[in-house]
Amino acid sequence: MSLAVINVAYLVAALLFIWGLKELAHPRTARRGNWIAALGMLIAIVFTLLDQQVLSYSAIFVALVIGSAIGAVLAMRIRMTAMPQMVALLNGFGGGASVLVAGAALIEAVGIAERPVTLQLTIATAASGLIGAVTFWGSLVAFAKLQEIISGQPILLPARHAINAVLAVVTLALSVGVVAQPENMWLYWLVVAVASVLGVLTVIPIGGADMPVVISLLNSYSGLAGCATGFVLNNNMLIIAGSLVGASGIILTQIMCKAMNRSLPNVLFGGVGVVAAGSATDEIYAGRIKAATAEEIAMLLESARRVLIVPGYGMAVSQAQHAVRDLVRLLESRGTEVAFAIHPVAGRMPGHMNVLLAEADIPYEKMLTMEEANPLFEQTDVAIVIGANDVVNPLARDQASGPIAGMPILDVDKARTVVVVKRSLSPGFAGIPNPLFAADNTLMYFADGKKAILDLINALKDL
Amino acid sequence: MGDFVDILTIFVLAILVGFEVISKVPPTLHTPLMSGSNAISGITIVGAILSLGMQHTTLTAVLGFVAVVFAMINVVGGFLVTDRMLGMFKRKE
Repeated sequence: MSLAVINVAYLVAALLFIWGLKELAHPRTARRGNWIAALGMLIAIVFTLLDQQVLSYSAIFVALVIGSAIGAVLAMRIRMTAMPQMVALLNGFGGGASVLVAGAALIEAVGIAERPVTLQLTIATAASGLIGAVTFWGSLVAFAKLQEIISGQPILLPARHAINAVLAVVTLALSVGVVAQPENMWLYWLVVAVASVLGVLTVIPIGGADMPVVISLLNSYSGLAGCATGFVLNNNMLIIAGSLVGASGIILTQIMCKAMNRSLPNVLFGGVGVVAAGSATDEIYAGRIKAATAEEIAMLLESARRVLIVPGYGMAVSQAQHAVRDLVRLLESRGTEVAFAIHPVAGRMPGHMNVLLAEADIPYEKMLTMEEANPLFEQTDVAIVIGANDVVNPLARDQASGPIAGMPILDVDKARTVVVVKRSLSPGFAGIPNPLFAADNTLMYFADGKKAILDLINALKDL
Repeated sequence: MGDFVDILTIFVLAILVGFEVISKVPPTLHTPLMSGSNAISGITIVGAILSLGMQHTTLTAVLGFVAVVFAMINVVGGFLVTDRMLGMFKRKE
């Protein structure tokens, strides 16, 4: 098939990606948007197979089948609570593919006489190797942390800033080497090797609640790596598709950083989460904590007209979303108005809580954003916090300094009564005590999230 | 150099289109947007197929083979898991 026809097909694919993403950004059309983008991908793949440079099909067919099978099994089997790991893993594969494609393209360009080794090709190859390797290994570390193969806490190496700075300089120097001497293939693999170490070391110190930022950023990198590969192959469609993903990842990263009132460098290099609590905790909590039983809380809920539920990572950990759904239905059958207030960084990736609640059949109109929910707390009878901590800590609003100062929070403390479902008084990711737990209108309900909600349902039914 | 400027133009415009199209995504869709856009970044599969199909050297074929597998996991896994998630998002009856 002629190159012109293939290029027209690529243009159609690129348009379908843009159209698909546009639809993906609206709740009503999102599902269709996903399939429009998938159709674009199918067209791109089919017309690439028709390219006359392709001499042998058997190996391609085998590779396509293996990749599809692994992808399909992963997608169908993964539990919704494990979605952050899944997204991290998929980001990684995208980055890995870019490294390999750019490497192969460099070998071909140097070896095939009629292909010019341009400056664009060599620079883009080095960039693909660098960004792709950082994405691949960074994503694998994020996956390992989320899957709890390694500790989810920040792992802080001594002199890590110095080590990373040296590695970054070395990678850049090697990249210059690739551009200067593209025929020395080992230089490219050295770039990939050093960038791999850099990828591991930049994600290892980042833990827990900062994961939404890291995952969004890696999402953006996987797009930029694809974009760089587009410059290597001189392929417009790759550049367009990669740019779209890069832009989407950057937007999400910005939203996440803003929701924590932290800059991106602060998240990447700040090492939050290692602050020891110490004696301040005792002063804040001493004698002020009121623990309540399921029966007491059930009585409160019985007379409540409006209830707002604030989910956090703890809900995901204890798999409480289905029990929470049952509680919502029970309360609604008694005429109580119930909705969810969701902080942008609740959980371990952007939108984590929404996915879990959707899995439990909660309609998305009930999932309020922070901006929608905050004015409602003053007219809320009971706010139930399940497994959230830092995102409801009034210190963020009231204190001028500290690890979470200035972070926008859900104003649950303004509700008439606050019920906090939590296993203990242990601090959240920021490592600081939460005065909300000691507030006059707060009742602590010490239990595992799922068990707590199930007991609460039974207590309500017994009233 | 003309080629490079052309391709750079496309890059800059595509980034702008990306920002414009995605800027106001409701938080409910943040995760599906990530997994769906991630599937699109598997577009490197085009380059992988060409390297594997050209069979320039054994090494490029092997690199191409692994790259096709990686990219295809990304593409199929990404689109399917996004569809599975979006299938769960329901409106009030």
